[in-house]
Amino acid sequence: MDDWGRFLQQLVNGLSQGSIYALIALGYTMVYGVLRFINFAHGDVFMVGAYAGLFLHRWLVPLLGVVPGFGGALLILAGSMAICAALGIVIEWLAYRPLRTRPRLIVLITAIGVSLLLEYSAQLIFGPNRQPFPDLVETRLVGGFGGLLVKNTQLIVLAVTLLLLGALSFIVLRTRLGMAMRALSFNPTAAALMGVNTDVVISFTFGLGSALAAAGGIFSSMLYPQVQPFMGVTVGLKAFVAAVLGGIGNIPGAALGGLIIGVVETMVVAYSEKIGISSGYRDAVAFVILILILLVKPSGLLGKTEREKV
Amino acid sequence: MKKAALFATAIFLAALTGCKRNDSGAAADKVVIGEFASLTGATASFGQSSHKGTQMAIDELNAGDGLLGKKVGLVTEDDQSKAGEAATVVRKMISRDKVIAVLGEVASSRSLEAAPICQQSKVPMISPSSTNPKVTEVGDYISRICFIDPFQGTVLAKFALSKGWKKAAVLTDVKQDYSVGLSQYFKEYFSKNGGTIVIEQNYSTDDTDFNAQLTSIKAAAPDVILASGYYTEAGLIAKQARQIGLSVPMLGGDGWDSPSLVQVAGAAMEGNFFSNHFSAEDQTPLIQDFIKRYKAKYNEEPDAMAALGYDSAMILADAIKRAGTTDSEKLRDAVASTKEYNGITGKITLDDKRNANKPAVILTIKDGKFKYVETVAP
Amino acid sequence: MRWSHLLLICALVAAAVASVFSSRIDDYVVNVAVLCGINMILATSLNLVNGHTGQFSLGHAGFMAVGAYGSSAVSLFASPWLLAKMGGVGFAANQTLFLIALLAGGIAAATAGFIVGVPSLRLRGDYLAIVTLGFGEIIRVIVQNTDAIGGPRGLNQIPGFTNVFWTFGLAAVTVYVVSSLVDSTYGRGFLAVRDDEIAAEAMGINTTKYKVLAFVLGAFFAGIAGALYAHYITYITPEGFNFMKSVDVVVMVILGGMGNVVGVLLAAVVLTVLNEFLRSFEQYRMIVFALLLILMMILRPQGLLGGLRWPFKGKVAKKK
Repeated sequence: MDDWGRFLQQLVNGLSQGSIYALIALGYTMVYGVLRFINFAHGDVFMVGAYAGLFLHRWLVPLLGVVPGFGGALLILAGSMAICAALGIVIEWLAYRPLRTRPRLIVLITAIGVSLLLEYSAQLIFGPNRQPFPDLVETRLVGGFGGLLVKNTQLIVLAVTLLLLGALSFIVLRTRLGMAMRALSFNPTAAALMGVNTDVVISFTFGLGSALAAAGGIFSSMLYPQVQPFMGVTVGLKAFVAAVLGGIGNIPGAALGGLIIGVVETMVVAYSEKIGISSGYRDAVAFVILILILLVKPSGLLGKTEREKV
Repeated sequence: MKKAALFATAIFLAALTGCKRNDSGAAADKVVIGEFASLTGATASFGQSSHKGTQMAIDELNAGDGLLGKKVGLVTEDDQSKAGEAATVVRKMISRDKVIAVLGEVASSRSLEAAPICQQSKVPMISPSSTNPKVTEVGDYISRICFIDPFQGTVLAKFALSKGWKKAAVLTDVKQDYSVGLSQYFKEYFSKNGGTIVIEQNYSTDDTDFNAQLTSIKAAAPDVILASGYYTEAGLIAKQARQIGLSVPMLGGDGWDSPSLVQVAGAAMEGNFFSNHFSAEDQTPLIQDFIKRYKAKYNEEPDAMAALGYDSAMILADAIKRAGTTDSEKLRDAVASTKEYNGITGKITLDDKRNANKPAVILTIKDGKFKYVETVAP
Repeated sequence: MRWSHLLLICALVAAAVASVFSSRIDDYVVNVAVLCGINMILATSLNLVNGHTGQFSLGHAGFMAVGAYGSSAVSLFASPWLLAKMGGVGFAANQTLFLIALLAGGIAAATAGFIVGVPSLRLRGDYLAIVTLGFGEIIRVIVQNTDAIGGPRGLNQIPGFTNVFWTFGLAAVTVYVVSSLVDSTYGRGFLAVRDDEIAAEAMGINTTKYKVLAFVLGAFFAGIAGALYAHYITYITPEGFNFMKSVDVVVMVILGGMGNVVGVLLAAVVLTVLNEFLRSFEQYRMIVFALLLILMMILRPQGLLGGLRWPFKGKVAKKK
């Protein structure tokens, strides 16, 4: 394979990896956009979504008697998203709602607490070992673009990410609920005065974000069929960086950020020898990008500079 | 406030002096052995397997004559797979529980933490499966009953060359010293004996995407790939490799030994090889009997960690019987002079560096099961 | 003399005496005591950054790692040269070597603190937390990929210089320095930055100076703690300084009450000792901690000892 071919292949790899980050970043950015709050536990909802898919599959297969096809996969996806939406709403109601008026630092610490709670409870309930995730869709090479190897699952994930991106944008920009969310993000007090039911909108936002995280979990497990209690930690952090890179609060920005990070990471690993560093530095790439973007353009690539009013 | 400060200081000193070191001898009616393992945390599966093997050995000893006419007590402590804990629990076992010997640990990093303490307190320590050469270099009270990284790396390289594979790709988990060591010694032997390392790539534990590394490896067209990390990533690596059409065989070390390997990778694992301490197919009555007893007790198949845990306890027991005493110096010498002990994991002799001199077995995966291929002598 | 000086001297003397008797004391108890002392230093140093200055840092383990590796590098690699300069081995030479190693570790960590602090200046709250987390991880990844200091296989055979005297002596020094600083005009600066950064800037306070100072000092003492840890366990790996370790220290500071000097000391001791007693319940430990964090933030964010404050001269307004 020639150099150009290799580069393109690695680009495909990077986009595929990046689409997972993008999917999770969508949820992060939406919650931050509305509530001005980084949900540290978002990555762990991703993990719960993956496990939910695993157990739904285990429950479904004996019921149907046969390996679920496309319809079954959709059912599992929908089920997992519903479970996580409910989880997100419960978490918001129990842990974040009492702290709405408190300083952001307190809420951040609470979010860390929720994150740890989810991780270690999962470890207790499901065991610390990695468990295999069943093949929901048979992975096949959709090859032929001049020797480029693309798997059908990679295309599915990329397609779904763009689809959800479109759906989310539609909800936020074109529906009344979306308008309420945007109003809340500008000024919560004014929005309440204007008749927006703050509690319902916030719950909805959390539910939606968590459902997106669950979708991320299912699709990630489709590409990388292994689940473990801490699978959401690194991915969650990188998705957060993606959201910041794209401009936190900006939905297309999150997707863009995710794809960029996926590609840069993959390129660093692929060309590590040429750059002169070990490919073990992969995890540091996302953080370096974060530091750079916060130094150079803190509002992100697609974000608008906000003035802080006092 | 000044008075409070002085008062507090006095209390502190009194409390410290109150905890006097108890130098009196071990409990008179029991031989107490200590074991530390990672029963919880990231490497819990290894620790739990090892513990099960050790516990079974102790239970069998107690069902029989015990040791030196006394029952055997096992103190097990969990080091939570975390750095810093191993040192604390081993100190506790030595000073509080008065153990006469320590068994542990599976991971070299935690053995390295505990070894200086055992050496200083003159308590013999036997590691069931730490492979970093530095562990036994700490001192003459520290030994191990498994082979070390240089040996295993060499075994794999020899096997690869014997199969006619001249070009190798090496994929290392840079977060694990086990993987780094294995890769290093494989590379050394392989390149010195006619092979070429065509490409080296790295990843970290918990990574899930290896497409970038595998694409580069595919472009380098090797005959074989060494994936020297643990089964936790090896399964995914094999699966992704096959998915992009990289069909050359893969090699691994004893870190591959787990049913999860085939569960995750499925058919992608067929035809790969790894080195291990024992094969469940070995028809010798000793091994088959062990498997039967283990299955009866725990309702599952034993893996290499369980077998090593069992052997470490039994070798210690054998040394105690040979020494005829639990006196630390005599016990240390008895352990070090273990010769041709017939263990589940092979005929074990401890060399002058207190590392085990014993053969490795090469296993392959066929029809989703581990099958024996050959034995490689040291 | 000022009573804080008296307290410092008392603590140093007590530590020295305890150290002399430590060979008579149960090894395990000494182990726990040393770990308590190290955690006290970690908690106090993080308290300076998080509590007094309000800069939420999640990367403290990174500074600890720099201190641990920096000091070990001196003890392992530079020791023959240093000992030769001092004229051979012996108690005095060893102790001097240890002192040099400690300082080297602390200064290295302080440098890292400076490098982390400066870019973080512009960031607030959540962003700062993530960036400091990122720096902590970057430090760990760098150490892991540097074979000269052992890489993932770690460094072993570090000389075991740490004893009760060094640990508690340095803990006393740390508390003394931090609390004296907070009690001075510098402290006013820290607290101003914590309470309202923009207002402080508007009042002419150089917030940059105070933020960087907090980071550098916090990192320095974290480095000292790391050095003590390295020379006690005598073996260090990059994995021992990961995000979870940072979280452990953060929990201590939060339980004790951010900005509460005595509180974090007690929290450090309680959590270290509790770890020992709860060994059999390890699986539940982190779940309990997580629940504790959440409940504390909801019910009592000022920490368990929120009401009890170090007797500062004059009242200091509590952050609402």
